Parts: sequence; structure tokens; C-alpha cells
Amino acid sequence: MSEDGQQPIIVLEDVCKYFGDFQALKNINFQVQKGERIVVCGPSGSGKSTMIRCINRLEEHDSGKIIVNGHELTNDVKDIDAVRREVGMVFQSFNLFPHLKVIDNLMLAPKLVRKTSKAEARESAMRLLERVYIPDQADKYPSQLSGGQQQRVAIARALCMNPEVMLFDEPTSALDPEMISEVLDVMVELAEEGMTMVCVTHEMGFARSVANNIAFMDRGEIVETNPPNEFFNNPRNERTKLFLSQILSH
Amino acid sequence: MSFDVSLIIDSLPKMLRGLGLTLQLLFISSFIGLALAVVILLMRISGRWFLSAPAAVYIYVFRGTPILVQIFVIYYGLPQFELIRESIFWPILREPFGCCVVALSLNSGAYVSEILRGGVLGVEKGVLEAASAVGLSKRQRFIYITTPIAVRLAIPAYSNDTISMLKATALASTVTLLEVTGVARTIVAETFAPYEIFIAAAIIYVTLASMFQKGFGLFEKRMSRYVKDA
Ligand SMILES: Nc1ncnc2c1ncn2[C@@H]1O[C@H](COP(=O)(O)OP(=O)(O)OP(=O)(O)O)[C@@H](O)[C@H]1O
Ligand SMILES: [Mg+2]
Repeated sequence: MSEDGQQPIIVLEDVCKYFGDFQALKNINFQVQKGERIVVCGPSGSGKSTMIRCINRLEEHDSGKIIVNGHELTNDVKDIDAVRREVGMVFQSFNLFPHLKVIDNLMLAPKLVRKTSKAEARESAMRLLERVYIPDQADKYPSQLSGGQQQRVAIARALCMNPEVMLFDEPTSALDPEMISEVLDVMVELAEEGMTMVCVTHEMGFARSVANNIAFMDRGEIVETNPPNEFFNNPRNERTKLFLSQILSH
Repeated sequence: MSFDVSLIIDSLPKMLRGLGLTLQLLFISSFIGLALAVVILLMRISGRWFLSAPAAVYIYVFRGTPILVQIFVIYYGLPQFELIRESIFWPILREPFGCCVVALSLNSGAYVSEILRGGVLGVEKGVLEAASAVGLSKRQRFIYITTPIAVRLAIPAYSNDTISMLKATALASTVTLLEVTGVARTIVAETFAPYEIFIAAAIIYVTLASMFQKGFGLFEKRMSRYVKDA
């Protein structure tokens, strides 16, 4: 429970995840309140992707509890479907549907999952394309767009389902440097509109200006969670300090 | 040795009389084979052993034996069984045409299901995850994402397989059918000029093959309009 008495929108309780013998997540406890923006960072292989992929069941956790917007994730397909309708995800490698035009990438899920009419789906798709500043690319195929444009389409595609929460897994890591800011700008605007966001990223400028809290992961654990000021200026844990010195030195 | 070009030219129209049968064998077998291939593919990727194991055995058997042997087994072997002669399949299996269609279809089903499986495996995992993440069910993912992408990936191999099938229809001549090769053999028996006659047959096959290749090429191009370097 938060101070205002609301249930957190995402709760992870003692979540563990194994790949074979290897434990990728070790007793993760993690909460996100509605409207909160959390940045997750940490060294490669520390379990960041695994953790956020558990939140929409792209990975199955082995023990512990994950509750998203009141639905506990179990093998029950109904709960998984409900969670996926309410959680949008943006991937490092965009993962647009290559055989569909941009507009159809955005319309597919609303039509199939929400049974929205074609006209309505198209209208809201166009609105979202305007919001990510590429309405003129609606009739192109993903391969005809730049990386930054593709990632903005991917963000719009996730938003098409009107999610309560957006998950981002290193959304700018695959981009050429000159395209990073166009994607970050869209994300900042999303944050300003009050979207609940969990964002794995090493864009520390973004973290500083947008995050309510920064969670640092290492070797499958959340080592430290603090607001940006505290996190950058007064890191507690040795591993956090080491990580920050490495990432901020360049 | 003498070589008579006019004999080639004269025999071509006669041989074209076999063309209809060649194309019937090809189209009917390809159609049934494709339908079979889809079923076998779904069985193979179902993740249930009692479906995938029989599919794997079927593929193993039909890929591992010559089509000619399959035709002979069906044409000469099956009629020995009372059970077959009394079954509803007897009107088909009694005729050489039916036997050839059965053999070619079963063969094509085995090969094409493997070709389609290659296409399915070629679909990027991340794209399917993105489809899950926006809420598409397993079935919807298969229909709207996997199938169109896999079809495009499978076209070149499928095109090759169709041309192999075209050539395999010539085997029907061994069980008395008068398709292009069968007609060629009867003309050879009359003219004693195997060299010219079979060259004429070769011309027909090459022409057909290049037409199919061209057709599939256009289809692939159309299906690949979304690919950058296509
Ligand atoms: N499908 C898998 N099978 C086996 N091991 C896996 C699998 N996915 C992840 N792992 C392992 O789990 C650990 C955590 O992986 P994860 O992808 O969550 O790390 P990450 O923090 O996102 O790293 P990066 O910054 O490189 O993206 C790694 O050691 C990885 O090798
Ligand atoms: Mg990762």
C-alpha cells in the first residue's frame, strides 16, 4: 500500500527465475505505483530484461508472486491475457511486424484483441502516429523507416492498446546516436502525461530527469532503489558505486 | 550418327497431347500435397508427441524412398490386399492415374511440410514476442504473423519442389500413363529415333520448368515488397 492507500499497479514478491541451473532472478521484491516512473539499470546479464519480461509473462517466474493491476500471473491464460492487454512493451530491437504497413502494425491488436472496428482502429492509430511525429509514414513498411522511426512506431503500437503501464527494455540501445533523442523525447512526453513506466535503460540523463526511482540490479538482485538525486549523488552499495563510475566516466 | 531436327519439330505437337496429363498429375498432386503438408506441419509443431511422432515417421519414410519405388508399391503392391480392393479407395487405386496421384501427393506432402517448417522456424522470435505482448493469442499469432512471413520464406524452396514434382510426373510413364514422357516412349517405339524424341520431350519440360520458375519468381517478389533488399 502506498501513502494514499492505493494498491501498487505492479507487485513482485520474492520472485525467482531459473534458466536451467542458473538463477537469473533472486528473490526480487519490486513495486510500482500508478503514475510512477521507474528506471532499471545494471550491468549486462544482471537480469533486467528477465525481470521486466516476467511482468507480462514473456518469461515465466519459478516462484514468488507477480500481481499486475490486480491480476496475479499464474498459468491461467485469462490472467495472462488481461495483463497483456494492460501492459505495453517496447523492445530493444523494435520487433515490428515486418509484413505489415506501419498503420496495420498499429491496428492489428486493437482489431483482433479488442474487437475495435476498423475505422475506429485506424483513427486512433493515426492519432498515435501524430503523437510520435510520423503520421506521414503510415503507409510505409517498417523496413523503409530509420531505426528511430521504427522505435517510435513500436511505442505507438504498444499505446494502441491503451495500456495502464509501459515497459521499455533498452529502447535506445540499438539506435544510432543521432536517433536516440527522438525516441527519448517521445518517452519524456509520455512520462509527462502521467504514464506509468518501467524502463530499462542506461540513458542516465533520461533517468535523472524523468524517473521517480532508479533500481540498480546486479547478479539477479535489486541491490539498491533510490530517487535519482540520492542514487547519483549518494550511492550506498559498493556495486552501485562501481557501476556508476563506469557508466558516468564516458 | 544422323540427327533429324525435323523429327523433333514434327514430334512436338504429338507430345503436347501428353501435356494435359502431365499438368493434371502435377496440379492435383501439388494441391493435395500442399493440404497434406499443412496438416503434417501442424502435427509436427503441435508440441504433442502423439501428433508429432507419426508426422516425423511419415516424413522420414517418404523422403527416404524413391518416388518410383513408392509408385510401384502402390500400383503393384496394394491391390494384393483384399482389404484395399474392398475399400472405398479401390476406384482410385485401381487406376494407374490414381496410384500416381497418391504417390506424388504423399511425396510432396512430406517435402513441402519440411519446407513450410523451415519457413515457420525462420520467423524471428522477437516479432512473435511483440505479438504476444500486444495480446495476440497463440492462434492469432500463427495466422496473422507466422503464416504470412513463413510463406514468403518458403517460396524459393517450394518453387524448387514444384519443379522436382514436374520432373517426377515422368515416372508415371512406367505404369502405362501417356503423359509427356509416356507419349515420347510410344513415338520412339514407332520411329526408332529415341535421341530426337527425348530431346523434344526435354524441350517441353524445360519450357514448363522455366515458366513455373518465372511465376514463382513474380510471386516471391510480390510477397517480398516489404523487405528492404528484395
Ligand atoms: N532464455 C535464456 N536461457 C538461458 N539463459 C538466459 C536466457 N535469458 C537470459 N539468460 C541469462 O540470464 C541472465 C540475465 O539475462 P538478462 O537478459 O535478463 O540480462 P540483462 O540484465 O537484460 O542484460 P543486458 O544488459 O545484456 O540486456 C544472463 O546471464 C543470461 O545469460
Ligand atoms: Mg537485457
